[in-house]
Amino acid sequence: MSAPTGITLATLTKDIRLEWRSKDAINSMLFFALLVVVVFSFSFDPNAEESRVIAGGLVWVAFLFAAVVALNQTWARELRNQVLDAYRVSPAPANSLFLAKAMGNFIFVAVLEALMTPLFIMFYKLHALGPAWQLIPVAILGTWAIVVNGTFFAAMSLRTRSREIMLPLLLFPITIPALLSMVEATTTILVGDPSTSAKFWIVLLATYDVVFTTGCLALFETVLHAE
Amino acid sequence: MKKAFPILGVLTAVLLSYALYLALEVAPREQTMGDVQRIFYYHVPSAWTAFLLFFINFVASVQYLVRQKPQTDKVANWVVMAIGVLTCIGAYVMKPLPQGMYPSSVVTTGIAIVGFYFLIRKYFSEPETDILALTTAEVGVVFCTVVLVTGPLWARPVWGIWWTWDVRLTSTLVLWLIYVSYLVLRRFSTSGQTPVLAAALAVFGALDVPLVYFSIWFFRTQHPQPVIGGGGSIDKRMLHVLLINWLAFLSFAVLVCWSRYRLERMKRDVEETLALEALLEPRSSVR
Repeated sequence: MSAPTGITLATLTKDIRLEWRSKDAINSMLFFALLVVVVFSFSFDPNAEESRVIAGGLVWVAFLFAAVVALNQTWARELRNQVLDAYRVSPAPANSLFLAKAMGNFIFVAVLEALMTPLFIMFYKLHALGPAWQLIPVAILGTWAIVVNGTFFAAMSLRTRSREIMLPLLLFPITIPALLSMVEATTTILVGDPSTSAKFWIVLLATYDVVFTTGCLALFETVLHAE
Repeated sequence: MKKAFPILGVLTAVLLSYALYLALEVAPREQTMGDVQRIFYYHVPSAWTAFLLFFINFVASVQYLVRQKPQTDKVANWVVMAIGVLTCIGAYVMKPLPQGMYPSSVVTTGIAIVGFYFLIRKYFSEPETDILALTTAEVGVVFCTVVLVTGPLWARPVWGIWWTWDVRLTSTLVLWLIYVSYLVLRRFSTSGQTPVLAAALAVFGALDVPLVYFSIWFFRTQHPQPVIGGGGSIDKRMLHVLLINWLAFLSFAVLVCWSRYRLERMKRDVEETLALEALLEPRSSVR
């Protein structure tokens, strides 16, 4: 068990260090999400009541689109100097590489969310009427749902023409149930109607995460070696 | 086999015209909805055919993936057998079953899974399962499009709206989106291993469908409950017309799939021959 975790950690630290020095992904993600916030905010100009109803959808759509920017760079970075081919021939298990990449993306998207949430609260005058702490599991599970499938499909779209377009085409249809759960859970918590609860959506998100993490781990090796 | 194709073609033409006559003339007029209801004889058979084709696509994709290694193939055989046995036992042990499900329909599903799996395994070689997956996905998308077009045409006069985010409508739409992205992946892929990537996506799509269904099921559903096997009731004459129509659509789907399958196989044979010829050509022509 120690060797695969070692490989995961090494790849993860390498990716984080690379990102820390270049700040490629995080800068473009941040700017993109900022644009979405600003454009939506002045095109709708909602008051506090309206924004509570629409904010869940806006926040998650903005994060999903911004995450695609980071996901596209995950594997493209490894194509330079044939690093990905080196991974393929090395005896390192493919899944530890996948986990490292997925965790790296999770951290990038989580940082983005942490930085953007205050802006969202400010622009949309948000104030949760329901139990706000439930937003934390929704955010963690939702981000993992986007990132785990995104990392997998990014590896898949490497071998296609116009791969930057291909990733959202593959990712969005599969992500629909997760996105619906995130949006509904967030809206339920923000609106705080006592007759409904976000629990169903959180359980559904957790199920989605378990199912697709298993699916990705089962199929990643096949997809990595398909050249 | 060569003679069977035109025979099936004639049979399909006869069946389709007979089914059209039945649907427009023989089937009784629906009491409340009037003649608009007749679209049902196209909508429902198309939906069943599309779902069946997507199911075959999923089974063929799984086969393609597991046959890459002999040991996964062996494990998969046992897993499929276990799924079949468990559904048959579960149908009678698990009580109560979710609403609208009967033990007999669950058993039929279990037997269908095992049956399709081993039939495809017996009659299709590994590269052929990929061609089967491609053709069923293409034809399935066409039938699914028919479902998505005829649905709103019926809903507008009956419900008063074109579209609603109801569980069956949305699941069908998401299924359609997944399979369109499947076809786009196949078209845009530059890899020599496109079948592997496509098969992996098909498996992901199949994992997604139940989750989509549950996520939207949580909202109140507006689509009429299934009239067959769902506790609803349907006039015997209507059921007869519906089943004839389904038979006609099914044989039409088989005909189109068959022709597309032959075309794709021929195309791959030609490509293979050309590649071989290029290898055997004397070096001098390369310069």
